[in-house]
Amino acid sequence: MTDLRPGLVRFGVRTLTLGSSIIVALVLFSLVLATAGKNPFDTYASLVGSTLGNGFGFSEIFVKLIPLLFTALAVALPARLGLVNVGGEGQLNVGALGAAVAALTLGPHVPLWVGIPVSVVFGMLGGALWALVPAWLRARGWLNETISTLLLNYVALRLVDFFVYGPLRDPGSANVPQTVEFGAGWLWPGLVGRIHIGLLLGLAALAVVAVVLNRTRWGFEIRAIGGNALAAQRHGLPLSRYIVLVLLAGGALAGLAGTGEIMAIQGRLRPHFSPDYGYMGFLVAWLAGHKPLRILILGFLVALVATGGDSLQLDQGLPSATVNIFMALILFMVLADTWRPDRLEERWLARLGAREGGAA
Amino acid sequence: MSVSAGAGQILLETRALSKHFGTLKANDGIDLAVRAGEIHAVLGENGAGKSTLMKLLYGYYQPTSGEVLIDGRPVVLESPRRGRAFGIGMVFQNFTLIPAFRVWENVALFLEGAGDKGQLVRKITDLSRSYGLNVNPLALVRDLPMGDRQKVEIVKILAAGARVLIFDEPTSVLAPHEAENLFVVFDRLRSEGYAVLFISHKMTEVLRCADRVTVLRKGRVAASLPREGLDRHGLVNLLVGQESEGEWEEVGARRSSSRGTAVLEFVNVSCLTDDGRPGLEGVSFTVLNGEVLGVAAVSGNGQEFLGDLVLGLRQPTGGSVFLEGVDRDRPTPRKTLASGVAVLPEDPLRQGTIGTFTVKENLILGRQNDYWTDGGWTPDRSRWAHDAQASLMEAFVQSPPRLEARAGDLSGGNLQRVVIARELRRSPRLFVSYYLTRGLDLSNARAARDLVLDHVDKGMGALFVSEDLDELFAISDRLLVIHAGKAVGLFPTKQTTQQEVGLLMTGAGGSHD
Repeated sequence: MTDLRPGLVRFGVRTLTLGSSIIVALVLFSLVLATAGKNPFDTYASLVGSTLGNGFGFSEIFVKLIPLLFTALAVALPARLGLVNVGGEGQLNVGALGAAVAALTLGPHVPLWVGIPVSVVFGMLGGALWALVPAWLRARGWLNETISTLLLNYVALRLVDFFVYGPLRDPGSANVPQTVEFGAGWLWPGLVGRIHIGLLLGLAALAVVAVVLNRTRWGFEIRAIGGNALAAQRHGLPLSRYIVLVLLAGGALAGLAGTGEIMAIQGRLRPHFSPDYGYMGFLVAWLAGHKPLRILILGFLVALVATGGDSLQLDQGLPSATVNIFMALILFMVLADTWRPDRLEERWLARLGAREGGAA
Repeated sequence: MSVSAGAGQILLETRALSKHFGTLKANDGIDLAVRAGEIHAVLGENGAGKSTLMKLLYGYYQPTSGEVLIDGRPVVLESPRRGRAFGIGMVFQNFTLIPAFRVWENVALFLEGAGDKGQLVRKITDLSRSYGLNVNPLALVRDLPMGDRQKVEIVKILAAGARVLIFDEPTSVLAPHEAENLFVVFDRLRSEGYAVLFISHKMTEVLRCADRVTVLRKGRVAASLPREGLDRHGLVNLLVGQESEGEWEEVGARRSSSRGTAVLEFVNVSCLTDDGRPGLEGVSFTVLNGEVLGVAAVSGNGQEFLGDLVLGLRQPTGGSVFLEGVDRDRPTPRKTLASGVAVLPEDPLRQGTIGTFTVKENLILGRQNDYWTDGGWTPDRSRWAHDAQASLMEAFVQSPPRLEARAGDLSGGNLQRVVIARELRRSPRLFVSYYLTRGLDLSNARAARDLVLDHVDKGMGALFVSEDLDELFAISDRLLVIHAGKAVGLFPTKQTTQQEVGLLMTGAGGSHD
């Protein structure tokens, strides 16, 4: 009979940490709202009302959740190896570009059973390609992946600009830089309203990553390297190979986020089509402690805030940056860790007498 | 810098001090008195409650009952900071220095209202001079050997005004000559009227430097006696609560004489340190199967590279390393381990285990392929659980940790044993062992040695690095002495003496040949 109490204590402390961080962020954000001349209570009420209390708003949460699942996994998987992938936004954009190139090359009249898998594959290839250089540089020990992935985000946006303003531009739309519509053969089918099959793909990706990390030998090795790279290396684990593999996988996942957006929502490629899903995914992954199943819960929360943020802009006349301030506050509160939850956890566990070695 | 207390006055006292963790009575009614000008040793087996007692005195734990008195007044030590304010300073087993900082910066971090750099540097220089510590305030901590880091810790707590200094296994990280230096420092502290309380497993050093010895057994004080009239024999009896003589003789008696071919051969091997200085220079030796080649060296003399060279983590700049007669082409840890090598690293916490993993996960690190026989999707969980339990039973004579415990939560001794269990479970052909019994108490140290010798009797070769000459002489068939990166002696153990090896280790043996 295993003792469940230590697990409960850990869960309790974590929930408490997260909950209190969100509450503090809400309080601080009230100050921001107050200085903007808004009543915080009205604003929060409108935020909740426009999302949870409204059928369209509620479904929009899931529409935003789909790319976030992918971009969060793109951060979480490398993070379990000890890597910081800030390049989700760039990988998302190049992934979308890859899928767009495939769609425009094959034309609008392919059957859907070709269009979906081809867009998935090329979306993943594009994203992985964008992670390749940082992965290689890091594996050789030449350049930290945090810097290289971040900087390549800006290059990726310009790359998409180049294609959309240049070779891939729809000659028929003189004023708007965008590609032609991909056509029915490429349009990812919807499930309910604007919620599309990307949700199923995202949940599948979540499950695969969870299984790989927690059950397989590769997951064991990834977690070993992430836990102590030196000890892992001394036991024969191939560090460089995993660095490359995991960053490429992360890039491929982020690429799917972009693919879903253009194939299911937009129907064509436009510059700056992503409202920073890459960076929001980074937020989700860190809030979730890079645990796949928690990404689902926190991805939902962040998607809710983002959806509510859109309506704040419309209903309350707040600038669109306001909601970013709110998200940043939550992230800071969670990462700041000022009141040391680990110490609290330790004390409670010690009280249980469950901690091995307490008496040595 | 003398302490304003008369010698012999009680500085620190505990009365019926108890600490319970659930049903476990880690400390149970401890009475202890530490006087000014006294070196007070606390001796006990693993789990006897020594570390708990120290943490209570330092303010890291709160007692379940009982009280602590300082200068005769009861005090509540609700935090380490409070303990520090009362003049209690602690030197931990794992030092609390920041390697990237300089010595004076580390001291500044520790002190509140430390003053400017010039004042601090002067203060550190003065302190280190008056206590023979020889600490350079401008040195980077990461460049310092363990012995010097410990001295920085001592300077730190002296600068903070400590009058009672608590040392948690101070010599476990030190070379013999460094330990001897520490005892000289103890003597100085004693004559200045400080009180020193130190935890140890090693009877030799307790007998060397303590004025009073308190023996803990199962959370209680088994005895508290003045040094006079104590001997090794009596201490062993107090420690384990029964007659258990012949700690070393037993080991020596069982050595078999069967030898075979060379498992490992170093031919003129040289290598560089990480910053490009000579690490080893032209070292040659062989390890035969069925033999223990002991390596005697003071820490930082190049013996730390032997394991990395065998593993293939470090490439020799000259000479060759042969494994079972094969000069390997581009060796890697993976290939080396697969060919039957096991290594117990110098620092099991940093080099040998994954702190975030459970004991059970750590026990298969490096052999995970054996448990994911389908290529990688699903492990054979029943075999995994069975093997993990079995290897723990081999290495733990009593109270093994739970398989689901996080390795990062284990005490140093338990972590050491988990690594020993794992490495020997491979039934290696060659075992490179660093400080096998570090952090282990008497009975567990013996169990660990027995386990190694069992494998040696079955034909394993062992390269056995240790700083404990008693242990080296008891366990080794031959001894290799390394000083300043060079092999300065290689003898059958029976044809040399501890004096000779001790001199060679410290570089004083040059006149012998």
